[in-house]
Amino acid sequence: MMTTDGHWSLMRKAYGEALVRLGEQNPDVVALSADVSNSDYSALFAEAFPHRFYNVGIAEQSLVDVAAGLAYAGKIPFANTFAFLIATRAVEMVRTHLCYGQANVKLMAAYAGLSDSFDGPTHHAITDLAIMRSLPGMTVVVPADAVAVQKLLPQVAAWPGPVYFRLNRNEVPDLYDETYAPQIGKGVVLRDGGDVALIGTGMMLYRCLQAAERLAGEGIQARVIEIHTLKPLDTHLVLEAARDTQALVTAEEHSIIGGLGAAVAELVCDQSPAPVIRVGIADTFSESGPYLELLDKYGMSVEAIVDGARRALRLKEALPAR
Amino acid sequence: MHYHPDELILEITRRAQQLRLDVLRMVYTAQTGHIGGAFSAAEIVASLYFHHLRIDPARPDWPERDRFLFSKGHACAVLYAALAHRGFFPVSELATFRQLDSRLQGHPDRLKCPGVEMPAGPLGHGVAVGAGMALALRETAKPSSRSAASARASAARVYVLLGDGEINAGVVWEGALTAAKYRLGNLTVILDCNGIQQTGATADVLPTEDLSDKWRAFGWHVQEINGHSVAEILGALDRADQVHARPCIIIARTTKGHGVGFMAYDHRWHGRPPNEKQYQEAVAEIEGSI
Repeated sequence: MMTTDGHWSLMRKAYGEALVRLGEQNPDVVALSADVSNSDYSALFAEAFPHRFYNVGIAEQSLVDVAAGLAYAGKIPFANTFAFLIATRAVEMVRTHLCYGQANVKLMAAYAGLSDSFDGPTHHAITDLAIMRSLPGMTVVVPADAVAVQKLLPQVAAWPGPVYFRLNRNEVPDLYDETYAPQIGKGVVLRDGGDVALIGTGMMLYRCLQAAERLAGEGIQARVIEIHTLKPLDTHLVLEAARDTQALVTAEEHSIIGGLGAAVAELVCDQSPAPVIRVGIADTFSESGPYLELLDKYGMSVEAIVDGARRALRLKEALPAR
Repeated sequence: MHYHPDELILEITRRAQQLRLDVLRMVYTAQTGHIGGAFSAAEIVASLYFHHLRIDPARPDWPERDRFLFSKGHACAVLYAALAHRGFFPVSELATFRQLDSRLQGHPDRLKCPGVEMPAGPLGHGVAVGAGMALALRETAKPSSRSAASARASAARVYVLLGDGEINAGVVWEGALTAAKYRLGNLTVILDCNGIQQTGATADVLPTEDLSDKWRAFGWHVQEINGHSVAEILGALDRADQVHARPCIIIARTTKGHGVGFMAYDHRWHGRPPNEKQYQEAVAEIEGSI
């Protein structure tokens, strides 16, 4: 399932190509853009289906409302713009029509996390997962590489109801080959281990695998789990990891408030208490800079995951024996 | 243009007064709800539901139906009354307005209430959502559609009732630009221009005139009418249906609280229920006019 060839690929290019294939298969699929289609590759769909592509201008609230209208009338609209704009400026539209009204709109959230790195904090999306996850009726999916985008996008189209689909700007490492068979709502175990569990999403999954290698060098066996669907969460897989390892580390390209770490902590606190160390950006804005260095500086380095695992293990040792 | 006989106009005018009585009873019974903006829209809503809209209460999901988006959601008591009298649900259900377990939520819920096309309440959505619907209905006609059944234009049209306070919201104008860009001739907006919003006159809160000039400049076909004249409403709706390649707006000049003397022109009746004495007085005035 996993590749180790060291290639890096653009998720957004894979997205544009996958969207065109969806358009070929289903005439009800339409796409909208708030005038960034050459950034997010929805331009490929515009070329293939000019009459099914609507550029509504730099107007993200209208983007979501127009998409909702298309959905109410039976289309399957893919609304494209930058993640931070969908998950800040247009949130009321998302809540009222996609969630409360159950408009079947697919939100394609480009340039998520810190990936639009040089454009700076105004363009980083570090609270989108928290916001989207809190909305009743929303499904939140974070693919980890280009293959994952191609495998998950048809499921997003077929999924009943709104989906927030998070895409990265930069090239990310190829994790998966064609045998990868993700299912929305189901996590994936990438590496077995019983000492500690590293639960990652998106780009941070790759760093979890690197961290697991480093930990293995110290004699610590880390289980690595991909959670590509933050909501609905694969509660079975997370609780199993909590019970088996009693030491969890989450890793996400997002604030430690409200995202994957919060989802795991909420579940584990309720049903099977175990230490949960959250790796992500602290409650702060970052800055402009090169992508990978920015991730390192703001708490999302491989070392941060390794250190998180050590802290989780210390907390586990301090627990009263069961 | 259709000929509208006097009997039809009289019948719809009576229907509007009946809707006002229902609104009064609903808000008085619940002791919560919005009367002023429901009263200003009564003739518009009655003209749509009891004459103009192609709808079938037995098939609320009929794909070829006209879509009516009630964007000024707070005034929904008048929408519920019209839907009930048109047969979408029993008139007796109006008594459940805003109560637990009711399908008649404080603001419209499209999943609970038959005939409601769009959730509304947060203001400003109708134009952009209506543009999306109009696009979808028109694109059904595109030759690129694969199924033979969809290879023709849907005759369905989209109508939006918008409040004049509501147009303070920027997304209204974003949607207006998009509707003009795509030349959505199957979209008609009726602007219930009652001149008053929650805390006072629209001219004081946020001046939006000249409305005709503004909408014309945005690329829309504009008509301006007396929004309490059923004859003018029916005529304007027919004219709008005949405009091609441009979205239409009917600027309907109305009075907030129209129909009850002490409620008219008074922003305090935007969202306040009447006490028993006020209720009886208002009912007597409306009944006296029917």
